[in-house]
Amino acid sequence: MAYVTHDDAQSVPLAEVGEMELYHAKSWVTKYVFSQDAKVIAIQYSVTAIAIGMLGLVLSWLIRLQLGFPEVFDFITPADYYQFITMHGMIMVIYLLTALFLGGFGNYLIPLMVGARDMVFPYVNMLSYWIYLVAVLVLVASWFVPGGPTGAGWTLYPPQAILSGTPGAEGGILLMLISLALFIIGFTMGGLNYVVTVLQARTRGMTLMRMPLTIWGIFVATCLALLAFPALFVGAVMMTFDSLLGSSFFMPAIVEFGELLDYEGGSPVFFQHMFWFFGHPEVYIVALPAFGMVSDLLSVHARKNIFGYRMMVWAIVVIGGLSFIVWAHHMYVSGMNPYFGFFFATTTLIIAVPTAIKVYNWTLTLWQGNIHLTIPMLFALAFIVTFVNGGITGLFLGNVTADVPLSDTMFVVAHFHMVMGVAPLLVVFGAIYHWYPLMTGRMLDETMGQFHFWVTFLGAYAVFLPIHYLGLLGVPRRYFELTDISFIPDSVQTLSAFVTVVALIVGFAQLVFIYNLIVSRTKGEPAGRNPWRATTLEWQTAEVPPGHGNFGETLPVVYRWAYAFSVPGARDDFIPQNLPPDQVPTDGSVS
Amino acid sequence: MFVAIMLVLVAVGTVVFHFLSPWWWTPIASNWGSIDDTVTLTFWITGVVFVAIVLFMAYCVFRYRYREGRRADYTPENKKLEWWLTGLTTAGVVGLLAPGLFVWNQYVTVPEEAHEFEVVGQQWQWSYRFPGADGVLGTSAPQNISDDNPFGLNPDDPNSQDDILIEDDEVHLPLHKPAKFLLRSIDVLHDFYVPQFRAKMDLVPGMVTFFWATPTRAGTFDILCFELCGVGHHTMRGTVVVEEESAYRAWLQEQPTFAQSMTEARNGAEDDSRENLKLVLGEAEAGSTAR
Ligand code: HEM
Ligand SMILES: [Cu+2]
Ligand SMILES: [Cu+2]
Repeated sequence: MAYVTHDDAQSVPLAEVGEMELYHAKSWVTKYVFSQDAKVIAIQYSVTAIAIGMLGLVLSWLIRLQLGFPEVFDFITPADYYQFITMHGMIMVIYLLTALFLGGFGNYLIPLMVGARDMVFPYVNMLSYWIYLVAVLVLVASWFVPGGPTGAGWTLYPPQAILSGTPGAEGGILLMLISLALFIIGFTMGGLNYVVTVLQARTRGMTLMRMPLTIWGIFVATCLALLAFPALFVGAVMMTFDSLLGSSFFMPAIVEFGELLDYEGGSPVFFQHMFWFFGHPEVYIVALPAFGMVSDLLSVHARKNIFGYRMMVWAIVVIGGLSFIVWAHHMYVSGMNPYFGFFFATTTLIIAVPTAIKVYNWTLTLWQGNIHLTIPMLFALAFIVTFVNGGITGLFLGNVTADVPLSDTMFVVAHFHMVMGVAPLLVVFGAIYHWYPLMTGRMLDETMGQFHFWVTFLGAYAVFLPIHYLGLLGVPRRYFELTDISFIPDSVQTLSAFVTVVALIVGFAQLVFIYNLIVSRTKGEPAGRNPWRATTLEWQTAEVPPGHGNFGETLPVVYRWAYAFSVPGARDDFIPQNLPPDQVPTDGSVS
Repeated sequence: MFVAIMLVLVAVGTVVFHFLSPWWWTPIASNWGSIDDTVTLTFWITGVVFVAIVLFMAYCVFRYRYREGRRADYTPENKKLEWWLTGLTTAGVVGLLAPGLFVWNQYVTVPEEAHEFEVVGQQWQWSYRFPGADGVLGTSAPQNISDDNPFGLNPDDPNSQDDILIEDDEVHLPLHKPAKFLLRSIDVLHDFYVPQFRAKMDLVPGMVTFFWATPTRAGTFDILCFELCGVGHHTMRGTVVVEEESAYRAWLQEQPTFAQSMTEARNGAEDDSRENLKLVLGEAEAGSTAR
């Protein structure tokens, strides 16, 4: 039983980790602007991601206004509409969620939770953020070029993406491709940091199987991103060549509006394979950090160890691995060889097993716990509900046959919003309520938090649940309007209007949250140290918020796993990871 | 308590909505009832799991809510329970996958007796082509496309000549006859979908894709483009009229063949050149060129 992780009597031989040379900023600019401190970079990433995310949110309102009240907002043209959905989708998936989970939470939590003073390559880490910022600016710039941003859909499928029938074919698509390429370059710099830091800079006693699941989730997600993004990068470069240099990677012979174009022999389906080879792992790049963080929220706020830690770790690893062999489930009706359907349906449904195990283990963590219904706990509960809901609709879409009538309908839109939009965002919120006290030394306001939680959870659920049924009816996605379709009853319009109103309410509730973030920074109740009585290292720092170098004179030494909650015999219901076994206060009973 | 009640309400509300929702399948009009069955089966299996999980959470939130002095249980793992859950989930997944793959096998296996016809997509309209008396569709290439030959058929291919061309967004199909839909795009991706048929496939420029279905109900149905194809995507519509074979034959009879349309075009072109000649040479000489 040498590897049993939760047994603190089994002290693992402590590896020596050399102290690292820390870069010390000399001026205000190098401390807060061109900072090399992962915590500052994390805040920079988060603020930028949330800012661009707000743009994504506003775009979703415009989309919803058009869908809910098609005649009313006639300043929205079809071209605008397709540009809105494209930019909304891309912003939300890449520039908000990926950047926030990995660049934001990854930077903040990895060094602190593994007991390192900083990332191993701080300078590259700084560059990562600045390149990301440029990528965001290039993306936004596409609104200011002739033709505006691309309206090719976030999947950017050629030939359409670079031909004149699609808005933004002049400049927008090129800026999109350039922005993605920059994002990937910036991400790779950060990503190598996260991986190497986790592998090389853990403090003494922090074995891999003692790491909090947050770190496991972020770590595996980063590995996926490092392997998946290159496919998108190469695809983007090839499409840029097709567009600018007249190569024909993805372009067959085409007659566009009566005119024969100068392309021949390329394959549009080839692009789809490259896109989804990236795109499916991308789902897990967003989901795995959320899985990890929600595990820790549940455990801390239920005062109970995460159930089946080792199974949880292996599930993350297995899901990460499998996510590379399921990509073509997005392509069942793409015209690829139909026999691929058998293989990809099978792999896709296999992934459901480790995913389901994670869900069971989360709920079993609640079982026999001592559940504090704090705001982070509420968000964690809501995550489970929405994730299970979104996960089961994945079983429809993954199971090739059932996907045939549902693909490219509103069912798909509802599915992916539930599973990779709503669910991970609920974790983001929970995590912010949970770690804000560490980052600022103050608590977020509870009343605003309750309001934010209930409106967001119930509202988002009410928005996306009924949309599934529109898909079942046959309502297509990416439709500017649904006029003159005989099988669509008038009630659909009523439902759409309802959904729009709820979506607007949910959207405005986010402003309350942002307001809370800003005022609590100075007005919030002081948090003190370790307000949630958590075990992990980030809460055991010398000062709160943690200073430069994270830990004081000496690095913490880890003696046990991260889930020593309610251990029988101990006085408190938690034992910090770095508390030496002989100093753990006992409750007096013989253990 | 409140949170537990809300969780119960979410579970119950979801189920109630599911059964009361007025939005449901558009009534089917093809042989693909088996696709609906897989979807229904998936609803049942996954629905039970969803409700069970949410109710279990509600129970835990209520039963194990924070109380001063209570202590959570400390059981890091429970191998037996974990393996049981894994086993049950695997069984459920197999129960979903097996029928799914079974029906997919039918989907990719076109019956021998299916009659072929071609759907052509371009920004943002549909047109169709049926094989003529020889039962074979002629070859085509984008390079052949011109105003006179919008389908891009190969004029030298004898099989092309009797192909029946429908330059209109309405197509007719015979009832109860399996049809193989051959799909060809001349510009970007499109997707041919009639929701009542349940079957769809993308049109991909540079290749011919296909699916098959047997219309089982007479009527007029909407064809929608289901793959984003530019600003006009939502306007790319058509209609399919499913009718008795005799009516279908009568309709097909009235449509022009490729050879006919080419002759017409050639005559049209001759008319044009005659006009030009008249302009250049003047009335008198033009009169002498006429045969
Ligand atoms: C308040 C929140 C949100 C609302 C109301 C909303 C609404 C919508 C709507 C109405 C569409 C267009 C559907 C269509 O006709 O095709 C859409 C597309 C999309 N959304 Fe959201 N969305 C929200 C948040 C998110 C988030 C957080 C994500 C991140 C995963 C996301 C990702 C996408 C993607 C990838 C698309 C597809 C774009 C495309 O078709 O190319 N959305 N959203
Ligand atoms: Cu996928
Ligand atoms: Cu289309």
